[in-house]
Amino acid sequence: MLSEFAFVGVLTIFATLLPVAGLAVAWLIRPKKPNPIKQSTYECGIETRGETWVQFRACYYVFALLFVIFDVEAAFLLPWAVAYQQLALYAVVEAIIFVVILALALIYAWRKRALRWI
Amino acid sequence: MEALIHWLVMTFPPLSEGLARFIVYVLYSAVLAFVAPVIIVVAYTYMERKVLARIQDRIGPNRAGPLGILQGFADAIKMLTKEDVTPACADRVVFNLAPILATIAAILVFAVLPVAPGVIGADPQTGILYVVAVGALGEVAALMAGWSSNNKFALLGAFRAVAQLIAYEVPIVLSILVVVMAAGSMQMSAIVAAQDIPFALTLPVAFLIFLVASIAEIGRSPFDLLEAESEIVAGFHVEYSGMKFAFFFIGEYMHLFASAGIATTLFLGGWRGPFAGPDSLPGVLLGFIYFVIKTTAIIWVMMWVRGTLFRIRIDHLLDFAWKFLVPLGLILMVIVAVALKLPVAGSSGLRWIALLIANFVAALLMVIGVSALARHTRSAALREVAGAE
Repeated sequence: MLSEFAFVGVLTIFATLLPVAGLAVAWLIRPKKPNPIKQSTYECGIETRGETWVQFRACYYVFALLFVIFDVEAAFLLPWAVAYQQLALYAVVEAIIFVVILALALIYAWRKRALRWI
Repeated sequence: MEALIHWLVMTFPPLSEGLARFIVYVLYSAVLAFVAPVIIVVAYTYMERKVLARIQDRIGPNRAGPLGILQGFADAIKMLTKEDVTPACADRVVFNLAPILATIAAILVFAVLPVAPGVIGADPQTGILYVVAVGALGEVAALMAGWSSNNKFALLGAFRAVAQLIAYEVPIVLSILVVVMAAGSMQMSAIVAAQDIPFALTLPVAFLIFLVASIAEIGRSPFDLLEAESEIVAGFHVEYSGMKFAFFFIGEYMHLFASAGIATTLFLGGWRGPFAGPDSLPGVLLGFIYFVIKTTAIIWVMMWVRGTLFRIRIDHLLDFAWKFLVPLGLILMVIVAVALKLPVAGSSGLRWIALLIANFVAALLMVIGVSALARHTRSAALREVAGAE
């Protein structure tokens, strides 16, 4: 089991080397002439105004919550799906009840207008 | 891979099995991390430019080399020699880490991709779960880039990117769930082995969900809201230039190939085809050729979609995920779960027919539901107008 992920470890090292080496080569050969105008924040030609790192709307958070619900659901259902072919009918019915409860949650969020991006 | 390790141990007796395995791992990693990105980015950017040019009645690149095939290399040299501008107000550490992470996330998916019979880096029992987990790292890179740039366009792009990517992650997982149920395993090689008939034929609705959601997941048109030029310039990578921009680009094309490769593995039978098998070298090569042809076909469909459809609005985009693809995925999962447990689904021939019928029932239910909803919405809007008058 662990040796299967040994390859992932080796690949991670090589995958890190590629962008690091690329950026290092570019750093060696590219021109470096910074000036304040160049380094100003890009916008439509005039200077940017106000703080950029602001708090974002709360409705955004509801989407993230829904995503967490469905991702946890997937984490529960994937082992069930692997074992599905050996399962008896009652286990399948149980999983369906689980999915129906989740679908009700989705409908509830929908009715509460939580799924609207304003 | 195993055969190659065995051959190394046999041919060079002082080599222990562990050392031979390590050498093979290093070689294959080097191919995946250094050779594959160059070939994939150069080949598929050229293909994309030519396909889009043909759709838009243009010629496309034709100056650099015969038929313009050296265009990708010319772009690479240009990117390497461009000045790299880091905005003065940016968070420098995060700003520089973001393109690196984007590339790593895209390359890591290739670890579990069965590109040819027996050629797969790691084949854990949770293979497809690994794909979902590592693929999500790209979202972190997008958020890091948008946040650290300290630019309003970039920040808007990053917020959109995260909202879109998490919304389309759910339908992808649901369609994977259906495939896992039909294959009985999450292991990539076992999923390929289970496809005597490709799942695209027996689970067409799951295939469509996966295809549409993965187009959104890699942020391509018509779902390229995260880098919509007409609204937020270039989205989360607006402040990037030179080689850092190039690594976002490389990450994007690697992700494109990886997604198409996963779709091939899950739904088109991966490397399977006539005469392909793990026993002989020609069989392995043939399997690799089948894999590349199928993957290129899926990428071509994605380019075709990009050339044909216009960009959709951000609220429509999220509605489409949450109010159409997710319910459709849930309905499909339940119906397939019931259909496979029916007594007639015991024999293998009837099993595929049962799956196919289940898919059509799910699609039909969804179409009826959507049209009823549309009728309801329209009449509600009409009542509102009548009330106002």
